[in-house]
Amino acid sequence: MTTYDIKTLENLWEGKLSAGELRGIQSKFKDRDRFWKFLDYCQARVPWTEKILLPLQPHLYIVQKPDGQRVVKCDCGHEFGDYRNNWKLEARVFVRDSDETLREIYPALMHSDPEWMILREFYCPGCYSLLETEMVPPGYPILFDFQPDLEVFYRDWLGKAL
Amino acid sequence: MPEAHRKFGVERPPIGWEGKRLREMLEESERAFEETGRYCGIERLSLKESDPIRYEKIFAKLRGGLVNARETAMNISASPIVKEVGELCFAFYTPEGDSVALSTGIIVHVHTMSDAIKFMIWHDYEHNPCVSPGDIFTNNDPDIGDVHNADVQTFVPVFWKKELIGWAGGVTHVIDIGAATPGSVPVGPTSRYEDGLQLTALKIGEEDTVYRDHELRCERAVRTPMYWKLDERTRIAGCHMIRDAVETIVADEGLDTFKRFMREVIEEGRRAFIDRIKELTIPGRYAASSFFANQYKNEPGLPPHAQVDTVMHAPTVVTISSGGEFHLSMDGASPWGYHSSNCTPSAMQGALWVLLSQTVMPNDKVNGGAYLATRSFFPPGTWANPQNLAVSTGAAWGFLIPAFTGLFRLLARAFWARGYHEEVMASYGMTMNALQGGGTNHLGKPCSILNFEISTVGGGACAVKDGLDYAAAMWNPEGDMADVEIWEILEPMLYLGRRVKPNTAGPGKYRGGSGFESLRMVWKTVDLVLQNAGDGILFSSAGIFGGYPAAAGYRHNVHETDLIERAGAGKPYPVREYDPEHSELKGLVKGKHCFDKRTVTYPHPFKQGDLYLSWLRGGGGLGDSLERDPKLVEKDVNQGFLLPRYAAKIYGVKLIEDSAGSHCVDWEGTQELRKEMRKTRAQRSVPTRDYIASERRRVREARLVDPIKQCYNSCMKLSPQWAKQYREFWDLPSDFAFSLGDGL
Repeated sequence: MTTYDIKTLENLWEGKLSAGELRGIQSKFKDRDRFWKFLDYCQARVPWTEKILLPLQPHLYIVQKPDGQRVVKCDCGHEFGDYRNNWKLEARVFVRDSDETLREIYPALMHSDPEWMILREFYCPGCYSLLETEMVPPGYPILFDFQPDLEVFYRDWLGKAL
Repeated sequence: MPEAHRKFGVERPPIGWEGKRLREMLEESERAFEETGRYCGIERLSLKESDPIRYEKIFAKLRGGLVNARETAMNISASPIVKEVGELCFAFYTPEGDSVALSTGIIVHVHTMSDAIKFMIWHDYEHNPCVSPGDIFTNNDPDIGDVHNADVQTFVPVFWKKELIGWAGGVTHVIDIGAATPGSVPVGPTSRYEDGLQLTALKIGEEDTVYRDHELRCERAVRTPMYWKLDERTRIAGCHMIRDAVETIVADEGLDTFKRFMREVIEEGRRAFIDRIKELTIPGRYAASSFFANQYKNEPGLPPHAQVDTVMHAPTVVTISSGGEFHLSMDGASPWGYHSSNCTPSAMQGALWVLLSQTVMPNDKVNGGAYLATRSFFPPGTWANPQNLAVSTGAAWGFLIPAFTGLFRLLARAFWARGYHEEVMASYGMTMNALQGGGTNHLGKPCSILNFEISTVGGGACAVKDGLDYAAAMWNPEGDMADVEIWEILEPMLYLGRRVKPNTAGPGKYRGGSGFESLRMVWKTVDLVLQNAGDGILFSSAGIFGGYPAAAGYRHNVHETDLIERAGAGKPYPVREYDPEHSELKGLVKGKHCFDKRTVTYPHPFKQGDLYLSWLRGGGGLGDSLERDPKLVEKDVNQGFLLPRYAAKIYGVKLIEDSAGSHCVDWEGTQELRKEMRKTRAQRSVPTRDYIASERRRVREARLVDPIKQCYNSCMKLSPQWAKQYREFWDLPSDFAFSLGDGL
């Protein structure tokens, strides 16, 4: 069975592998213990102690609170509430809906027409990291990108109780 | 072949296995799958378990035969699309049309060819027109099994004695398909009857010989008959090579073993897909959306009912269950329209299959088993399932490509959560702009153009590195842009330059792969029309985890230029656009500049000396751009991937320029600037719930442009579920619909 030492995986997660090393990992069968090693890696790098149940993206995690709640938490410590609700609704948002604001990112002519498509930027209210962007027409509902079935994942796929 | 064997009305012995007819075999296979959930009801992979080395050897021999067929047969073609870019692939199928193994190349068609074979079986081709050794069949009808009719398929039945072992299939993308407008992804047709030559699962030859009437028909129906003819020979030769390879395997291993192998390898493919889903993803619900605009208002070449601006919507919801079942729904998609970017379900399945084979199971046996392991819903009446034979699908890729970016992004979320960051990727780049047209070439011959530089756009940013620059296309993982000299042989247009296009990649901690630009001068033609086809007023390639979308397109063509006079006078001439805000093309050439966001056009006339800028898109970004390593920003600026003024604006990186024009990071200044930019984020952002309240007022007051209101209305009309979600999100009345302007 494929497995990697933690140093190799740390280099992977931190973007430090050479192209050849990365290609080697991509080409091989997957290492089945990756998730647990990734959880340990994440847990060691956050400044808080709640148990990480699932990393959602570079800054956000679903964590277990001492009172049994499971919430989305930023690595800065800000909490967004129950993971079954869309964390974006508890974030802060800046909407690029004018040529002026779009041109901070794109040269003229290389961005959308803001009458047709806007660019939403969702920030963490704690650290103001840019957590997600949405490119949608005005009037489009905010997307709930990912609703993991944690119970099934742990119980049925990993064989461990949450 | 005995004479009596060919006569209709004469009872012919069945050609299927164990004395069955093909249709009987297909019905049994589908029934067994329905009842057991396993391919042909197979419980144990007995051959694989008892003799795994032999099993793998058979697979390797078959796979080798298919790749060999592709790599050899492509040299018969004269078309750069096939020979240089590699727009072909081959596969081998069971008698029922299920793919067993495939070559490299445009593997999107492995499933579409499967649909075409099944069509022939359901329509009892075994009886009429009969299926015999040496026969040749062809198909390019998307309603049967294809993406668009420029992808032409050839099938050769492979027999062992009098029994059909399976089908060899091959596909090439032809340069021209005889559509209402020239090229092979015609942007202009508004119905199927303008999409060009339709070959609806035809028998086109026997005894390994193509019927002369078929050849004549095709040669007279397309604008580039020589390329057509050689492409067809490419496909036939490849199929015959596969037939030889399969016959050798059967001779070596025995017929019964090979039959068992085919059954087991597909079932293994199905099981492997579910295993990979469980290994790589998280059960749950994933959602993404993609959009595309068709800007045809006031386009004089189109009929009045097609002269409208429309927005296409691809809501992509994937549900992964506890059993590892993968279900894709596009409920809420927008309706089909009077344009050529509609798709048939076969095309949708093909796109789903090609992306899953590149993401979920690149390390396993890829075949029809993966298709059996997925379920999908493409709502009737939508662009993804028009349920109307008259609908045009000539440029189906136009929205198929943007639409499926959502699948990449939602899989990326799963891969991230599992720690498999080597697989995480933001949206791939759009294979746009499509430079397309036709007329008379520089040799005075009829020509048709679709420049396949589009095979090498930017890849999406990865979780551990930037996306690949000008590398590939979602539909061909082995894309190649081909040498400029090859395109200059085919097209009456000289290359003035081909180089990196700055700021095309989506910014982020890791940026998307960059696109590039080609500046072409029309040359030695008296009759040429060209069109633009690409995204423009909408972004198409989204970022992820805070990464920004790749740049949206624009058009810059110049008519009636002074270029030839400039060259005669020895004055500088442009070789690139570079920065549209300081356009070198605009600065160095006088003429009528079409320099705007009109990126999808009907073919327009061009004359010698006119200029056409074709720029190819970048991929979406990943992560917060303020977290990008400043040294990578420095490198991007110094290598022309990023305009210097955007180092600070996007990335918060202060650069110092030396006297030689090279930039280096001002570390202290960068740290300060990034702090300031975070403060700016705090100052100008609002709580999302406040934003929702203000946006709700905008929705209620219908302060949106008409095409968007029309898109929302039509999506709500087609899907009560999507309508309910839309109205609930914005807290609208249960019968809410947007009021539209006159004529809508």
